[in-house]
Amino acid sequence: MVDFEIRLGLSPTDLTVRESQNKRPDDWVDLDAEKDVELRLVTENFPGQVLKSRMFRDEKTIWVKRDNIVEILRMLRDHKETAFNFLSDLTAVDLLKMNAPSEERFEIVYNLYSMSSFQRLRVKAVVPEVDAVIETVERVWPAANWLEREVYDLFGIVFKNHSDLRRIQMPDDWIGHPLRKDYPMGGEQVEFSFNVRKS
Amino acid sequence: MATTLTGESIKPDILKDIAVPRGVIIESYEQSDENEIMVVNMGPQHPSTHGVLRLVLELDGETIRKATPHIGYLHTGLEKTMENLSYYKALVVTDREDYLSNLINNLAYSLAVEKLLDVQVTPRARRLRLILNELERIASHLIWLGTHALDIGAMTIFFYTWRERDQILDLKEMMSGVRMMTSWICPGGLRGDVPEGWLYRAQKFVNNFPAKLDEYNRLLTKNPIWIERLSGIGKISGEDAIAWGMSGSSLRGSGVAWDIRKANPYTGYDEVEFDIPVGSNGDVYDRYLVRIEEMRQSIRILNQALKDVPSGPVMTSDRKIAPPPRAELDTSMESLIHHFKLFTEGYHPPVGEAYAACESGRGEKGYYVVSDGSSIPYRVKINGPSLKNLQALPKMVEGLYIADCVAIIGSIDIVLGDIDR
Repeated sequence: MVDFEIRLGLSPTDLTVRESQNKRPDDWVDLDAEKDVELRLVTENFPGQVLKSRMFRDEKTIWVKRDNIVEILRMLRDHKETAFNFLSDLTAVDLLKMNAPSEERFEIVYNLYSMSSFQRLRVKAVVPEVDAVIETVERVWPAANWLEREVYDLFGIVFKNHSDLRRIQMPDDWIGHPLRKDYPMGGEQVEFSFNVRKS
Repeated sequence: MATTLTGESIKPDILKDIAVPRGVIIESYEQSDENEIMVVNMGPQHPSTHGVLRLVLELDGETIRKATPHIGYLHTGLEKTMENLSYYKALVVTDREDYLSNLINNLAYSLAVEKLLDVQVTPRARRLRLILNELERIASHLIWLGTHALDIGAMTIFFYTWRERDQILDLKEMMSGVRMMTSWICPGGLRGDVPEGWLYRAQKFVNNFPAKLDEYNRLLTKNPIWIERLSGIGKISGEDAIAWGMSGSSLRGSGVAWDIRKANPYTGYDEVEFDIPVGSNGDVYDRYLVRIEEMRQSIRILNQALKDVPSGPVMTSDRKIAPPPRAELDTSMESLIHHFKLFTEGYHPPVGEAYAACESGRGEKGYYVVSDGSSIPYRVKINGPSLKNLQALPKMVEGLYIADCVAIIGSIDIVLGDIDR
């Protein structure tokens, strides 16, 4: 009933500003495939899977395709040079409002942590909008069980071979996936003359 | 077999078809099965589940064969709310997640946003943030101790720990006017300086607290009932705990010496000396001992931190982030414009993402903030430690009694606000 942008209180100039800022920022630094050990291991063992990499404010991020995500994460967990044995967080980002194409709408974000070297790494798997399916990493870290259930509940991304994929936060019979960007904020909108559609 | 009050016996198979008249005592409908599993709901409303947690227990007698937690009863969509508020306004939402350690949530969010903005805080703000965090940790552990003891049956401890915690709440009220949801730590520094006499009062609390902690220790630690109830149950090994994503005192009770304050220090934790207590058995008693010792170490940190607090401003001088002082609004046009733009629109971090984690009373409290260049965060994921700690509960509780289950829930110290958000 009320447009999403008007509900936020944004004006058209704000929206154009957001679009123009959605360009590659100046602090984007690509990771060096030779020097950086995580990127080197992933590109050597899984050629063609890495899409891009980035170092931003001393945090490393690697984007990969979703095909071999379980093997990549298992290698990062088990390899002695990386040893990311702690899954700090598993979440998803809906890039709809950042003008992402439909084939790259969702990013599953794995925030990894190594208890031996106290280093963090972020691995992102790109998932399209249609056929939003990715393999579960439950066998690599059991901690991913509920975290993947939450991503399924709030984003609608299906995790293949998950032992118990059902809604966790929302009621069991809820329709829709609330954290998607095209899902409304909810609640009763205050009707003003500028946002009520004259029927 | 069933008997009426007059003594006649009724054969069991007839009972299935008729409504039972008054005065008939049913003993059993069929042969009792030895492996009969009874499903019992330790429902969302329960005094011992520390919030709205629903545990579906499959019981064999009183032994739990399987426990399934159901969460989501406190889900209010805080992440979606934060996606609709500017960075400064989203700060007030962070208090409400782990509602027993509010300032630690504020700090984790502020650290993530400051990383995005690439802004440094002043030395006084760093030190005050450390002091507030440690006070908050003591308050959180006091609530844990009171409620845990209450669940086990030692009710007096509850009243004592609440008395101590009230002194910390009085300190927060003296500083901000609010007892719990202060939102005092904001991106850029603190929302305001502590008033005169606050540091003196904090030092007085720190001087009086160790005696009270010894009192609780004397009441509980060597108490034979306490040891009998707590030791040997809820065991989880170190490798299992890491695989299940546990963090904080629950992980340290299993022997893994990981504390974010030592591993990835923030807000000046590398300038103070303290130890990390680590358990050995991974059972409930070890986690209890770890938390008691953590309170002592917090006092040790506070004694060092309160000694020489640097003077100066508590907010960064970068006017693109920090609002100008109110007095300047009368004289300077630029300040007025900054004030207006900051409070209506907010500051614009560059496009990017940042993750920052703090050690809360429960574990690794992290915020993953994604920015798209506008004044509103694009995605905020709240990494609550209690969610992953609770996930390991079914594994810890198998084969134990319901009373042990209550003790284990208390020992992993969950807060439903962190889990459900």
